[in-house]
Amino acid sequence: MPSLKDLKIRIDSVKSTQKITKAMKMVAAAKLRRAQEAAESARPYAERMDQVLASLGGSMVGQVGAPKLLAGTGADETHLLVVATSERGLCGGFNTNIIKAANRKIRRLLADGKTVKILCVGRKGYQALRREHQSRIVDSIDMSGVKTLGYGDASGIAERLLDMFEAEEFDVCTVFYAKFKSALEQIVTEQQLIPAAIEEEDASASADLGGAVYDYEPDESEILEDLLPRNVGVQIFRALLENAASEQGARMSAMDNATRNAGDMIEKLTLTYNRTRQAVITSELIEIISGAEAL
Amino acid sequence: MADIVNFELVSPERLLMSAEAEMVVVPGVEGDIGVLPGHAPLVTTIRPGIVEVHNDGADLVKLFVRGGFAEITGTTLTVLAEEAMALSEIDRAAIEQELQNCNEDIQDAKDAATRAKAEDARDRAQEVLQALDDAAA
Repeated sequence: MPSLKDLKIRIDSVKSTQKITKAMKMVAAAKLRRAQEAAESARPYAERMDQVLASLGGSMVGQVGAPKLLAGTGADETHLLVVATSERGLCGGFNTNIIKAANRKIRRLLADGKTVKILCVGRKGYQALRREHQSRIVDSIDMSGVKTLGYGDASGIAERLLDMFEAEEFDVCTVFYAKFKSALEQIVTEQQLIPAAIEEEDASASADLGGAVYDYEPDESEILEDLLPRNVGVQIFRALLENAASEQGARMSAMDNATRNAGDMIEKLTLTYNRTRQAVITSELIEIISGAEAL
Repeated sequence: MADIVNFELVSPERLLMSAEAEMVVVPGVEGDIGVLPGHAPLVTTIRPGIVEVHNDGADLVKLFVRGGFAEITGTTLTVLAEEAMALSEIDRAAIEQELQNCNEDIQDAKDAATRAKAEDARDRAQEVLQALDDAAA
């Protein structure tokens, strides 16, 4: 049976923990709103890019002389995985889920006899992956200095990838990140960046043209060659923004849970504290009464 | 026929401008394109330069854009630029200062990577100045 003093100390410590988690939850909520806005305002660009690429790429797929970024190198031997995680922990299963998905993919690729290279974006992913895959990690990009995520951050990574692709260091590039659905739900997504995964052109995209066909200036293949590298940057930017929103969402719900758990704990401890206090009083009374009776 | 063009300028970070205009001049790679209502559908990549938004009764709006493409349908024009800023917000002296800094950086650069980076920055500053000169001419 813990003493009254021990209980008091525990209650106080849980209370201060609760204060911290509550503050973190509130900070995450504010950051989440900002991250969500950023993700939403980046959407128009990415959507347009998709549309134009879809209408351009659809006609180029399978043709001889299609750009490598679209058609691939023809091989499927070396895979580069870009694993985007957060810089900080205490955000529930956010990082673990992404890393788990990446690990699954790595194991599958290795079982198929492929070569795997890893590029980590964010400290947490690097820390978790280096234990098992130290030799496969090409580099880790530290984002801790980045306060607000700008397009420049993403295009830097994209340039890096394109250089590596030019140097034929990999054949296929896939990025892992968590898509933001709500504060409670983030979906781990793996997206193939290179060669570009282009969806079939849907009817709605060309409907507003009344069936008219675009002219291209310069010609289609040149535009495509200009757009595909840009697309890599845009996709990475989108992934990073989604990731940032997901991280804050995950942290918010994790800290909400922690605050609630701390509340339950305080309640339980307070109950025990009161009971113990009552027990002490009772036993003191009994001592006094039985002492008086003995006289 | 509609007599306005719905003009949208989008950067990767956000939608920068959405306006109606009578004519928009876009710096295409193969030359400037004046987009009037009813323009034939066209997709073009753009070179660093000035987008002009003409609107009767309103001031001429000039914007510097770099890197991206423009998509034209009959009634809408969407410019996707990696970088865009209003010409009125560009401080010429600041850019010139930057250009000078870049030149110094190139001189001081100790390895190829820093030099390439500085040269990149210099080219960017030069492009902006070039565009400013063109706009003034």
